[in-house]
Amino acid sequence: MIDFLDALVLITNYVLVPGIAYGSQLALGALGVTLIYGILRFANFAHGDTMAFGTMVVILITWWFQSMGVSIAPLPVALLALPIGIADTIVMTLGTDRLVYRFYRRRRSPSVIYILTSIGVMFVMNGIVRFIIGPDDQRFTDGARFLIKAREFKVATGLHEGLAIKLTQGLTVLVTLVVVIALFRFLQKSRTGKAMRAYSDNEDLALLSGVSPERVVFVAWVIAAALAAIAGTLYGLDKSFKPFTYFQLLLPIFASAIVGGIGNPLGAVVGGFIIAFSEMTITYAYKKFLRYLLPDSWAPDSLVQFLSTDYKFAISFIILVVVLLVRPTGIFRGRTS
Amino acid sequence: MNSALRNPLLFAVMAAMLAAVGFGQSWQVALTILNLCLISAVMALGLNIQWGYAGLFNVGVMGFAAVGGVATVLISKAPVVDAWAAGGWRLGISFVLLLATAAVVVLVRRWLGPGPIRSIATAVMVIGGYFLIRVFFDPATEAIEAVNSAKTGYLGGLGLPVLLSWIVGGVLAAGVAWFIGKVALGLRSDYFAIATLGISEIVIAILKNEDWLARGVKNVTGLKRPVPYELNLQSDVWFNDSAAWLGVSVIEASSIFVKLCYAVLFLAVLLFVVALSERALKSPWGRMMRAIRDNEDAAEAMGKDVKRRHLQIFIIGSAVIGIAGAMLVTLDGQFTPGTYQPLRFTFLIWIMVIIGGSGNNWGSVLGGFLVWFVWIEAEPAGLWLMDVITSGFDDDSPLRKHLLNAAPHMRLVIMGVILLLVMRFAPRGLLPEVVRR
Repeated sequence: MIDFLDALVLITNYVLVPGIAYGSQLALGALGVTLIYGILRFANFAHGDTMAFGTMVVILITWWFQSMGVSIAPLPVALLALPIGIADTIVMTLGTDRLVYRFYRRRRSPSVIYILTSIGVMFVMNGIVRFIIGPDDQRFTDGARFLIKAREFKVATGLHEGLAIKLTQGLTVLVTLVVVIALFRFLQKSRTGKAMRAYSDNEDLALLSGVSPERVVFVAWVIAAALAAIAGTLYGLDKSFKPFTYFQLLLPIFASAIVGGIGNPLGAVVGGFIIAFSEMTITYAYKKFLRYLLPDSWAPDSLVQFLSTDYKFAISFIILVVVLLVRPTGIFRGRTS
Repeated sequence: MNSALRNPLLFAVMAAMLAAVGFGQSWQVALTILNLCLISAVMALGLNIQWGYAGLFNVGVMGFAAVGGVATVLISKAPVVDAWAAGGWRLGISFVLLLATAAVVVLVRRWLGPGPIRSIATAVMVIGGYFLIRVFFDPATEAIEAVNSAKTGYLGGLGLPVLLSWIVGGVLAAGVAWFIGKVALGLRSDYFAIATLGISEIVIAILKNEDWLARGVKNVTGLKRPVPYELNLQSDVWFNDSAAWLGVSVIEASSIFVKLCYAVLFLAVLLFVVALSERALKSPWGRMMRAIRDNEDAAEAMGKDVKRRHLQIFIIGSAVIGIAGAMLVTLDGQFTPGTYQPLRFTFLIWIMVIIGGSGNNWGSVLGGFLVWFVWIEAEPAGLWLMDVITSGFDDDSPLRKHLLNAAPHMRLVIMGVILLLVMRFAPRGLLPEVVRR
């Protein structure tokens, strides 16, 4: 029985807890991508770099606060800086929309043109972030490290395996929960939210009903920018900030949005967790886990790892390609055209 | 201005810019840039074949370039006999098992009708086959990687002339493209873009981690050259005399001579590819491709097999990219999977094609030259700019230091801005596609 509990704690510690945190971060990112897709009808390649931009602002403000001796321990100071980061990201995306995308929207350009422009925006933003904060790793977490410490958990329960939950992981889940609930309430209940859903479902019909397209687009960018800044900051707090990593996050985020059904917010959230847990479960080495569960003579010698952790990206893409081939609309029917 | 005048003019401007670098900085730098310009132009031509002719949104250029690059290792390096002896047969068995699994999956899928049973059976067979393969594959790679791991630890190559690897690089890239195309070409364009982006990341991940193939991140260095070595030239009497006659130091002369040799080789490949592309574009086949690009339904109604044509052009374009990738690795003299980054190897190539003019082969060549030139020269230019801006500051002021350090990243901003400006104000590029009826 103890062995069984140990195995359970082990898998919780190494797969379940990090998976939930990572899944939340992906879900927030995918929500931004899916919103822009639903309203502006293109896959925004600059989203990863938008996240990096927002996080960079948060980091700079955090450093400034820290240098002034501001502290809200046990919580990280970055939470105080987050609203400013969100505001800056919103200003930046709205500026980009005004300067770049609006021109193509008025011309009703095909989505391919939008994607190419978003690649241009991606370059510019990537350059700005690297120019300001540099291409290296930055850590900006302060406050308490853990909600539950492995050693205390062991002492309290008498098990061999410890369970550690980082404060940033708890924070990620909490913030994601609040943001997602607020977003869904907004989309379901408010007038603007309904207008956005109507516009996403059928543009012409929505226009006919008096929905203002510029307003819908405006709100979509505001929400997407806020989500990007939040997702980026949470990811940076939990792991660390590096511009190139954020660019690479684009891949699992796209995968999450498409697997869930692109254009569908609920799908983006579910997709995020599917991708996160697939990455975690497939790259986890089950050797110790099986040691606890199986009799000694059956215990495996090898690591019992399906794929090495270096193939994380491969997993999200194999899932992506399989979903695209088997059910092109995603799990929750997203947009098909 | 009409295009007959404008095209040579733009190329002349490009040549003048390279010459300016030659006079201003040094001819070494100018030739280094020129060589990479030539390679970039070939790569851009490959992408132009896919995007410009057929409208395929391939964001996986990096993957094909890397596949072409690995061919250089597989062809030119001497085989590691001990490694073959240590794990060769088990690797062979796992390869046979891989083929067998694929065959069984295909056969069973044909035999079962569509439905949930078929999906479950496929999954079971794939997972079962995967573990069966790993029974042989894991010990094989372990044994291979253990053979003198500091120096080899991989299977090595075939020990053939390195120039052959350019062709093989193209063939390998074509093979990978066939497989990817079979899976992904049915998707609509934005999904296809995302899928190719992901697949290229997977290709790089494989090259980084499968040490038995090309040593992964431990890199393969000291690849053979198709041109003479500087040291040999410097000890050559005839070369010494010629250098003295020209009035340049032997060391500089040898380095320039080697770079010129590369340039001639690359130029030959570039002209060959351009000539073929131009012929293809002007042929009935080229017209068919443009018809498919502009209206798939109409082309299909005329009896053209759109899917087949897409696969065909995807393979051809990827082969060209693979050739360029092999050329690049040959020039570097080493294969370093860690240096493949999508910004440099995928999106920069896209900017080349868009700026040059999608659908115009000469445009891609010009775009390849121009964008690579700006990409390299943006760094000294950015440094100079920052130096001027901050010249009023103290030498050790932190802001000045930061700005000088960060100046190289300005090239990303410059590239993005150029792309956005071209897309907005000259969407057909510098050399627009010429449509002859």
